[in-house]
Amino acid sequence: MRDFALVRPASLADAAAAFSGGGEAAYLAGGHTLIPAMKSRLRMPDALVDLSGLGLSGITRDGNRLWIGAMTRHADVATGATAIPGLAALASGIGDAQVRNRGTLGGSVANNDPAADYPAACLALDALIETDRGSHTADDFFQGMFTTALADGEIITRIGFSIPARSAYAKFRHPASRYAVVGVYVADHGGQWRVAVTGAGPGVFRWAEAEAAIAAGGALPAMPADDLNSDIHAGPDYRAHLCGVMLKQALACLA
Amino acid sequence: MKFGTGQSTPRVEDARLLTGQGRYTDDMARPGMLYGTTLRSPHAHAAISSIDISAALEVPGVVAVYTHADIAGYGPIPCLVPLSGEVKTPRTLLAGDRVRFVGDGVAFVVAETREAARAGAEAIWVEYEELPAVASIAAAIAPDAPKIWPQAASNSLFDWQVGNPDAVAEALAKAAHVTRLRIIQNRVAPTSMEVRAALGEFDAEAGFTLTTGSQGVASMRRELSKVILKVPEDQVRIITHDVGGGFGMKSFIYPEYALVLHAARQLGKPVKWTGERSDAFQTDTHGRAMESEAALALDAEGRILALKVETWSDLGAYQAQFGPAIQTMAGGRIMGGVYRIPAIQNLVHGVVTNTTPVDAYRGAGRPESAYIMERLIEAAAREIGLGVDEIRAKNLLTPAELPHANGLGLTFDIGNFPAVLERAKQVADWAGFPARKAAAAARGKRLGRGMAYYVEIAGGGGTEEHADVKVAADGRIEMAVGTQSNGQGHETAYGQVLAARLGVPLEQIRIVQGDTARMEVGGGTGGSRSMAFGGGAVLQCADDMIARGTALAEADLGGDVDYGDGLFKARGSNATLSWAELASRHPGALDGRSRYTTKESKPAPTFPNGCHIAEVELDPDTGVIAVTRYALVDDFGVLVNPMLVEGQIHGGIAQGLGQAVLENIVYDDAGQLLTGSFMDYGIPRADQMPPAVTFETLNTPSPTNPLGVKGCGEAGTIGAMPSVINAIIDALDGKQVEMPATPEKLWRLANAA
Repeated sequence: MRDFALVRPASLADAAAAFSGGGEAAYLAGGHTLIPAMKSRLRMPDALVDLSGLGLSGITRDGNRLWIGAMTRHADVATGATAIPGLAALASGIGDAQVRNRGTLGGSVANNDPAADYPAACLALDALIETDRGSHTADDFFQGMFTTALADGEIITRIGFSIPARSAYAKFRHPASRYAVVGVYVADHGGQWRVAVTGAGPGVFRWAEAEAAIAAGGALPAMPADDLNSDIHAGPDYRAHLCGVMLKQALACLA
Repeated sequence: MKFGTGQSTPRVEDARLLTGQGRYTDDMARPGMLYGTTLRSPHAHAAISSIDISAALEVPGVVAVYTHADIAGYGPIPCLVPLSGEVKTPRTLLAGDRVRFVGDGVAFVVAETREAARAGAEAIWVEYEELPAVASIAAAIAPDAPKIWPQAASNSLFDWQVGNPDAVAEALAKAAHVTRLRIIQNRVAPTSMEVRAALGEFDAEAGFTLTTGSQGVASMRRELSKVILKVPEDQVRIITHDVGGGFGMKSFIYPEYALVLHAARQLGKPVKWTGERSDAFQTDTHGRAMESEAALALDAEGRILALKVETWSDLGAYQAQFGPAIQTMAGGRIMGGVYRIPAIQNLVHGVVTNTTPVDAYRGAGRPESAYIMERLIEAAAREIGLGVDEIRAKNLLTPAELPHANGLGLTFDIGNFPAVLERAKQVADWAGFPARKAAAAARGKRLGRGMAYYVEIAGGGGTEEHADVKVAADGRIEMAVGTQSNGQGHETAYGQVLAARLGVPLEQIRIVQGDTARMEVGGGTGGSRSMAFGGGAVLQCADDMIARGTALAEADLGGDVDYGDGLFKARGSNATLSWAELASRHPGALDGRSRYTTKESKPAPTFPNGCHIAEVELDPDTGVIAVTRYALVDDFGVLVNPMLVEGQIHGGIAQGLGQAVLENIVYDDAGQLLTGSFMDYGIPRADQMPPAVTFETLNTPSPTNPLGVKGCGEAGTIGAMPSVINAIIDALDGKQVEMPATPEKLWRLANAA
């Protein structure tokens, strides 16, 4: 790991100023993607701007939204997001205990790893992603592999999840990394259904055919294998099949 | 029993290792110490046109950059068993004009900090001329394959054969039934928890000191001094502290071990190199990596008539230190196991590829041979309609048939294989399987059951071992043994053996290993040999120190003396002398070195054997399997510490299961390593282990060593690979599957017509 400056701002404004203060800077949330990348010298920022001192942790309910601070650890979501048991369960299944005690909601969502779990929850729970500059709807936020609507230097402050009547997430774990090979989040918003798929494609996406089929009580659709990911652990047809299996498992969890 | 062997004494090393007090190579620091890093080839096969190190030398903190030209005077990493005849495959410390696998070392950078060394390595400009690579056995043996070693006739460097080909051909021709399988044994990485590291120091008078995690310092020093550094042995000291797993891989010399010594001498400062996990995946010797065609001939009743195996063993780019021996001398003669096989033939081709060198990995050839035979015999049972237990019972050697020469140069001495098989069936609740299978089916799952009867040849690695004892004035006994714990618990087990022989408390004893200044001889740890040989040396050393103590006590007490329970007792009086009293009166006189040699200095192999039974539940919808039951009965001879034995079994099963369903080193066609980190290379986690491992022993003491032990370090792995895969094949109603049996593969098979 190359030498870097560690900046610990006390306010969002200071953080943003530090980020654009010259040289390459990176925000540090839980660090579970950034630090390994720095250790392997894939990332060599001049400065790390630590977001842990900005009061961005915590879970509050406001009407039909559950707001979770961007710096809230996965472990705290797992125990604290009781208003959305499906989301709490998702958080309890991220990585391992060490990851869950360090990794953050905002870090995961900002990174938008195509195999991450939280993006599926954001889409299926019609989340609002609030930042220091405004807010984004989840539908507009995720723009493909490691790409989001965030502008350079924009900081996620909190995420508001619509509290569904019921929801559940099922994932098939990668044999080595245990990221999602396929993860499917199903949410019933009072007869309005949202189904989000992570891991299978180049980025998280909504499965419109599944949403329509569930709402109509019809036969569940098959996922087309076109454009799905392929690697040494899972080809596209296997991933497509697993989308169907995970959809069924998630629906079974609802019942 | 107050003292001694046969008890599950808690490990004396646990308190140290579990509280962060372990001392590993990378924990070592010296004043003024420099840090080394290796620049590695990104190409699987390329000619080096030029190397420009000038920019690297400008990087702040960089002290020196070495390339092959600087170290060409040193010898190559030796292959101790070159089966390739006149064709040499020397692996120089750094690549000369050619790199032959991704990870081959090109330059060694030394700097004031680790980061500066890495920055220096990045600043080196190497001009490569890429050459076509052969990254698989198939590519290497293709008719017009590019040759890795131009002076060789082909990439297949040697043929090694044992057995009776004519008798086998005749039996195959006339057999009522022949089962044929093509069997792949996937390449795996050892993935020791502690990665390799080396600290090099040089003193003008004392010479070189290398601190590194080894599996035995003595043999490493011999080759390092003689072949590589070309200095007298007494000019090299090797120290090994705690070792976090070796599995064979840490037996060997790696280029960095010599490079840190070279740099330390050149620069006059200690130099430390610590590998990263990516270095480990690229350069720790890999294991297995072979393809076989196997045929088993049977008569109409299912009796074995002949076994024929032809194997292509992937050696990697260079013949590693023991690499060519693994499928040949180490494991090739145990082919066929403890079955009655009238005609047998094992032919091995040693093939080089543009990949990481392959060498010993937990079992080193023995698991591979057992895997082939156990796959074959279950396939044969299925084909001819016999139970997998019946066909084994019919063909296992009985005690009355022992000793039995297996036709490949080994003679099985002792054991009761049919009894072990029967007991394993009871322990596994063999009879209850149909009900469990029906219950699984009701849940939409397919239950499969697999068996493996393995035998291992253990206790190799020479015919002698040494132990050296010192008795302090307070009576504390420190004994050095020439093997090397890699986490197995030698301090405890040897301590128990010594405590039992001397009749003193374990707390009075300290076992030390891993320093050539204390023990310049020793066969090291490998091939499940430590207790058979090290244990013998401990006993010999104990007897010798009792004899020395008795002589001293008789002089002091003026008459005959008997020894017992830690005391020398005068016959006919109450006068006694303790170890402390004797050591105080005669400083150093109790100390001494003892040599244990096998009977007539002949090889003294042991044959641990046992029966594993695995049950796996397959979810046809996802291809995921769970090992739901696991039972085994082993014959390990005498057990020194049953708890440590069971621990070895659990770890061994984890590694065998890992290879069977998960672990896999994958190269693409160009020789790029696709599984270079734990993000892509899966190893088993606790939740993939069976919920319980039911383990028993049914022991017949080995007659070849004084303790009667057989060795247990590799057994778990040997039995787990075939029992798990056989269970999966059973769950697939007999469809053959190769390792690793991944969910995707199993999903396809479960749903194929």
